[in-house]
Amino acid sequence: MTGHRPLVCRFDDCNKESIALVGGKCASLGELIRADVRVPPGFAVTTAAYQQFIEDAGLFETIYTKLDNLAADDIAGQEKASETIRTLIEDSAFSIQLEDDIAEHYRRLSNHCNRPALPVAVRSSATAEDLPNASFAGQQDTFLWIRGIDDILSNTKKCFSSLFTARAIAYRIRNNFQHRDVAISVGIQKMANSFAAGVMFTLNPTTGDRSMILINSSFGFGEAVVSGEVTPDVFMVNKVSLDTVERTITRKEVAYVVDAETHSSILTELPPERQRVQSIIDEDITELARMGKAIEKHYGRPMDIEWAIDNNLPTGSNIFILQARPETVWANKRSAPVSGGAKNTMEHILSAVMTGVRTS
Amino acid sequence: MTQSKGKFPVPSELETIPGTEGWERMYPYQYEFVTDDPERQKYDEETFWFYDGLHYPEPLYPFDTIWDEAWFLALSQYSHRIFSIPPVMGVDHRMKNGYVYISPVPVMDPKEVEARVPAFMERAGYYYENWNELEAKWEEKMKKTIAELEAVEIPGLPVLEEMSVVTEGIGESKGYHLLKAYDDVIDLGIRCWQYHFEFLNLGYAAYVTFMGHCQKIWPDIPLQRITQMISGIDVIMYQPDEELKNLARKAIELGLGDAIKLSPQFDKVREGLEKTDSGKEWLADFEKARYPWFHVSTGTGWYHHDRSWNDDLDVPLSSICTYADKIAAGQTIDRPLEEVRKERDRITQEYRDLIDNDEDRDAFDQLLATAKTVFPYVENHLFYVEHWFHSIFWNKIREVGAIMKEHDFIEDVEDIWLLKRSEIKDALWDLTTAWATGVKARGPKVWPKEIEWRKGVMEKFRAWSPPPALGPVPEVIQEPFTVVLWGVTNDSLANWSEVAAAGEAGNVTSFKGFAGSPGTVEGKARVCRTVKDIGQLLEGEILVAPTTSPSWAPVFVKIQACVTDVGGVMSHAAIVCREYGVPAVVGTGHATKVVKTGQMIRVNGSTGEIEIIG
Repeated sequence: MTGHRPLVCRFDDCNKESIALVGGKCASLGELIRADVRVPPGFAVTTAAYQQFIEDAGLFETIYTKLDNLAADDIAGQEKASETIRTLIEDSAFSIQLEDDIAEHYRRLSNHCNRPALPVAVRSSATAEDLPNASFAGQQDTFLWIRGIDDILSNTKKCFSSLFTARAIAYRIRNNFQHRDVAISVGIQKMANSFAAGVMFTLNPTTGDRSMILINSSFGFGEAVVSGEVTPDVFMVNKVSLDTVERTITRKEVAYVVDAETHSSILTELPPERQRVQSIIDEDITELARMGKAIEKHYGRPMDIEWAIDNNLPTGSNIFILQARPETVWANKRSAPVSGGAKNTMEHILSAVMTGVRTS
Repeated sequence: MTQSKGKFPVPSELETIPGTEGWERMYPYQYEFVTDDPERQKYDEETFWFYDGLHYPEPLYPFDTIWDEAWFLALSQYSHRIFSIPPVMGVDHRMKNGYVYISPVPVMDPKEVEARVPAFMERAGYYYENWNELEAKWEEKMKKTIAELEAVEIPGLPVLEEMSVVTEGIGESKGYHLLKAYDDVIDLGIRCWQYHFEFLNLGYAAYVTFMGHCQKIWPDIPLQRITQMISGIDVIMYQPDEELKNLARKAIELGLGDAIKLSPQFDKVREGLEKTDSGKEWLADFEKARYPWFHVSTGTGWYHHDRSWNDDLDVPLSSICTYADKIAAGQTIDRPLEEVRKERDRITQEYRDLIDNDEDRDAFDQLLATAKTVFPYVENHLFYVEHWFHSIFWNKIREVGAIMKEHDFIEDVEDIWLLKRSEIKDALWDLTTAWATGVKARGPKVWPKEIEWRKGVMEKFRAWSPPPALGPVPEVIQEPFTVVLWGVTNDSLANWSEVAAAGEAGNVTSFKGFAGSPGTVEGKARVCRTVKDIGQLLEGEILVAPTTSPSWAPVFVKIQACVTDVGGVMSHAAIVCREYGVPAVVGTGHATKVVKTGQMIRVNGSTGEIEIIG
């Protein structure tokens, strides 16, 4: 046991203070729940669990001695160490205690969702300093449509081992992070069976206008939007009035949907009559924008949000937020005040009449 | 000034309609696009002119040109000679085929612009600082001017002057008094328009500044959100309508719900009401409400034929009955004031919360406060000038017309509008000197013939569609009125010309205007060209009108949406629709020509789009 640090922690009990324990992704889901935002339920296998796993398997010294003397430019050496370490991790077994703890949480989650062997997403949740950035880690180690405790455990180990990809190793060497200090958490989360999904920015990414919300949406799972395999519908919503001020309905040729037999997501072609249909109804656009506004308010800054609309639940309770992170492009650009140095009302008025209004 | 490619005709390309040759003499000579002065012609051709359809949806009668001249002088003098607005002088005017074209005149030399700054800062600064005090003074001046107008007597010409002229040593004749009375009425009209612009330029400048600040922070903010933040709520423009509602409530209270509906004619209703005590009580309230609140024009007040409620009591009666029916049916006729106020405060607060630095937030607060201070004037002056004063003014001129008719100068009192005000003065000299001398005046052989011809010309003018603009479009417009009030931007001009071109082919299915009041609805269109048509409007229809004015107020509780030809986000229709929470698209250019009554249309007041769907 690692003192009082829990090995498994429900998302409801995560918050922004618990990044060291559950990683950024799970902490953020906990924060969303605290902001009264609907997220698919789940739990985190914590960094304490990771550390105990490594200890129980007797891997600690084996791993770190392999890494200690690697040079920053020894690419081949890094590749080889990565391969060895990842195999070691993936081939080791969980302790009975840890396995039971994870299995019990999974059983409860399945019960809660009324589905035996509930399909879940298993994804790594890095603690901020360990890996270059969330998207770097996230691309490699998200496993979707996982069912049953055995598959969950093996994929959890795959997430653990993602801490030792050649790229992650190289990054730590370059940036002088200690291999011994790093840890990783893994989130186990109900798969949203999405009818439609996409992303949302709580500003206009083109102009940086914070009074607008941009929603991208397409049929099926969000992968199609995130990976760029479809051109999504675009809705521009006024954040203050929640009016949809602009909508572009595109031709959406494909969608990721769940395959009934394999319980995994597959890319299918949409029937022609559905391709040009608006992917979400107007009420959902408004509701999404309302949620985006609440999330932004909770975090106090513009956000980049992944969302999905569940196929099985009725309108009004079927929108889920999968992920929310601070918007970075405009946050870094945000610069000088627009007032341009005018000190009082008259100077503002003077500057306005001098500038005039462009006719185009 | 750099200029974009001209997509509008130049003045010399406009045709003179066959049969109207010589029409120019109906209007002031300086309004003509000339061909006999190369320098002036060059200026005319190189200048951007736009059609002032906001004020003149119809061709101008020669007499009615008085208000155009009045604001030509007043607006320009305040910008250029009084407040010295650095980059703009006045707004120039021309006419073609009875329609007015105007053009904001920039100061071209950057050094001169700079030189105008100190005076502007001092003078405009003084007005903004002392706004409330000066505005209170304004109201006094305006009321005094209206009282003076009411006091002007238009005397008839007696066979023999009264004995008192002799015994009191008056030393003046009724002939002289008639000439003077006419001059006085005209002078008061011009004076009233001097006051009209005392605050308006600065009011719009403060508004444009606040708008500009908001647009810099939020490039995508709709104009209507900005106006929503500063819109007044208890402005007197709504008072005439409130009076009607009160009378409707009173009628129901007194059990007169049926009595007021006895006839659509007020005279008949009055006859009936006079027979009972409760009827008399109601009539007393009605009389009280009339002054000044029924001095409200059924149009914009800019045309002599826009009669006021006091001129035609059937109009307010019909609205009172509409309201009374609603009360009887258990519906509310109150403006949702509390909700409007709350919504305004919420929107303001939410936008304010989005500002992420102190400097911009402070500027937002200051500019919002200034805009809110100046704004009531922008809405209230209309009642004093265009409605109250004008209603009385037109009738004074009718009294002059009656005397001219009596002396056979014109065949009908209403013919007087076909004469320029200077021609009327000339005719009155002819009339009074002939009366004094006891000879035949020349006028009866001159004017009726000329008027007959002018009526034909006006008919032909009405059938002509003025192009929305002439000449090359400038890239930047600094004149505060042009954008805010007329809604002139490249986009709107492009939309206007597009619809104008397609409209002739009759195949327009969608067009755009300004998003005036948010929301989207579908419904049956009802095209109302004048306020007289609003009686036909059914509950839940979409009003399509050239423009609206306070006397249209009763329609706003009935309609689902409103579409106008002319006006920016500050126009009457946009302001009132926001108050009532009804979607509106304004400044579409040609909605009344494109849409037919009975068609299903979709109005998106958030984006300004209109679709004809069947």
